[in-house]
Amino acid sequence: MLTLRQVRLAWILVLPTLLVVVLVAGYPLAQVFYWSFFKADIAFVEPPEFVGLENYLLLFQDPDFRQALWNTLKFTVVSVSLETVLGLAIALIIHSNFRGRGLVRTAILIPWAIPTVVSAKMWQWMLHDVYGVINVIGVKLGLLSQKVAFLARPELILPAIIAVDVWKTTPFMALLLLAGLQLIPEELYEAASIDGASRWQQFWSITLPLLTPALVVALIFRTLDALRVFDVVFVMSGVNPATRTLAVYNRQTLIDFQDLGYGSAISVAILVIIFVFVLLYMRTIGKEALK
Amino acid sequence: MRRASRLLGRLFFYLLVIFVVVYSVFPFYWAVISSFKPSDALFSPDPSFLPVPFTLEHYENVFLQANFGRNLLNSLIVAGGATLLSLVLGVLAAYALGRLPFPPKNAVMYIVLSMTMFPQIAVLGGLFLLLRQTGLFNTHLGLILTYLLFTLPFTVWVLVGYFKGLPRELEEAAYVDGATPLQTLLKVMLPLTGPGLVTTGLLAFIAAWNEYLFALTFTVGDSVKTVPPAIASFGGATPFEIPWGSIMAASVVVTVPLVVLVLIFQQRIVAGLTAGAVKG
Repeated sequence: MLTLRQVRLAWILVLPTLLVVVLVAGYPLAQVFYWSFFKADIAFVEPPEFVGLENYLLLFQDPDFRQALWNTLKFTVVSVSLETVLGLAIALIIHSNFRGRGLVRTAILIPWAIPTVVSAKMWQWMLHDVYGVINVIGVKLGLLSQKVAFLARPELILPAIIAVDVWKTTPFMALLLLAGLQLIPEELYEAASIDGASRWQQFWSITLPLLTPALVVALIFRTLDALRVFDVVFVMSGVNPATRTLAVYNRQTLIDFQDLGYGSAISVAILVIIFVFVLLYMRTIGKEALK
Repeated sequence: MRRASRLLGRLFFYLLVIFVVVYSVFPFYWAVISSFKPSDALFSPDPSFLPVPFTLEHYENVFLQANFGRNLLNSLIVAGGATLLSLVLGVLAAYALGRLPFPPKNAVMYIVLSMTMFPQIAVLGGLFLLLRQTGLFNTHLGLILTYLLFTLPFTVWVLVGYFKGLPRELEEAAYVDGATPLQTLLKVMLPLTGPGLVTTGLLAFIAAWNEYLFALTFTVGDSVKTVPPAIASFGGATPFEIPWGSIMAASVVVTVPLVVLVLIFQQRIVAGLTAGAVKG
């Protein structure tokens, strides 16, 4: 009897959460799918008109969409690679035993905790073309021959945005990898050094293979995040076509252009792209990691 | 010779450590310094690395001229509300999923998990319509509800882990003493999940406090607008004049609470972050 009561209680307890899931995820998602087949503005000034797949066909012809996709991929590949390498380096540093490692771990949490909008603003100020501290130090140390307008030169905006993202999210990567490192049994290293393996050999034959599961998880998390990047790009360069990512273009279409139909089709495209990436990861590295 | 090379290695290692710390901390340090500099020292070709001369004028500007106090209050209401609501809903659901016989357990866990992978941007249009239809556009409650999209799944997922980790005997003892399942949850289990509540609450609060896209899109004017979109749109007297001093002062004000939280609870935060990811 107790069990039946418990099952009923379980339903009652889970129900509010399920309701929220339907309300803020299920229903809006259904709306996005639905309106992607219509020509409609988001305020419904004109009556919506069913257009079938027209919005999706437009995706393939729209050079702005293609550029946004390209920007997003460039951003994702470069930032996630840099974050992985840097994150691994920082994780290895914190993992090795030395005085003050607690301090380092606290220090790297600071960029993680700072709101993305604030970090974008801080870096915008540091990268200021005349008074920015990076220009001042760069010129003083002779690294820059003259002050550079990092945020005005089209070829430098995306690298600047990537630099901010790397600064902000490397800590997360480092913490995930550190957790992975701490799972590797110490005895393996002891055995390896008795057998005369160098630090470098130990890294390639013990650390890296055993770290793969943590690496895969961290990579998936970061890639999913990077593919939907909005905040840092929008704050640093607005809707500038040179850096406009899929998320920025999507919001611009939906809200600024009020184009509910085409904007919804872009949202669906983003979902599909993210889904494809998850599948790819699962198939290539995921399988090996899960063995 | 070997000792010399080991010493050199050690030196190199510590240089690396110093580099990592400076790289992580300097941008925030620079924001703090800049927020205390008078404008002529701020816009100097040879800026000083200490807040000399010192002024509070930017902080006065932020609070007296802009609606920043209002934005700060909005942030508190929205982030606090979203945290509280996701903790209450999360505890109830997580107890059922982690402790009670519940046939569709796995299905629900997968639905919740898929929500954590969900890009916010993909439901932006749908949520916009929902808020318009329900009259919740540009309200605190509307923003709180949309924030559950990213605070609730994580909270449920991590708390399920905490509930599962509690010893079976406690629960049984409570049942033997004649407690109902709900009493068992509130009086016996909940107090033991304290650390989990603190961790998930903190992470939910930080995520909501930092959120930008929804706050930008679902608010108009300053009555509900939170701090991130407010800082992003800070303007000067003319479009050409960017008030960097005030922007840095506002940035410091929103960031200091977070940095303090991180310093106090860093162990918990790290545990929560990695727990969420390892299980996810």
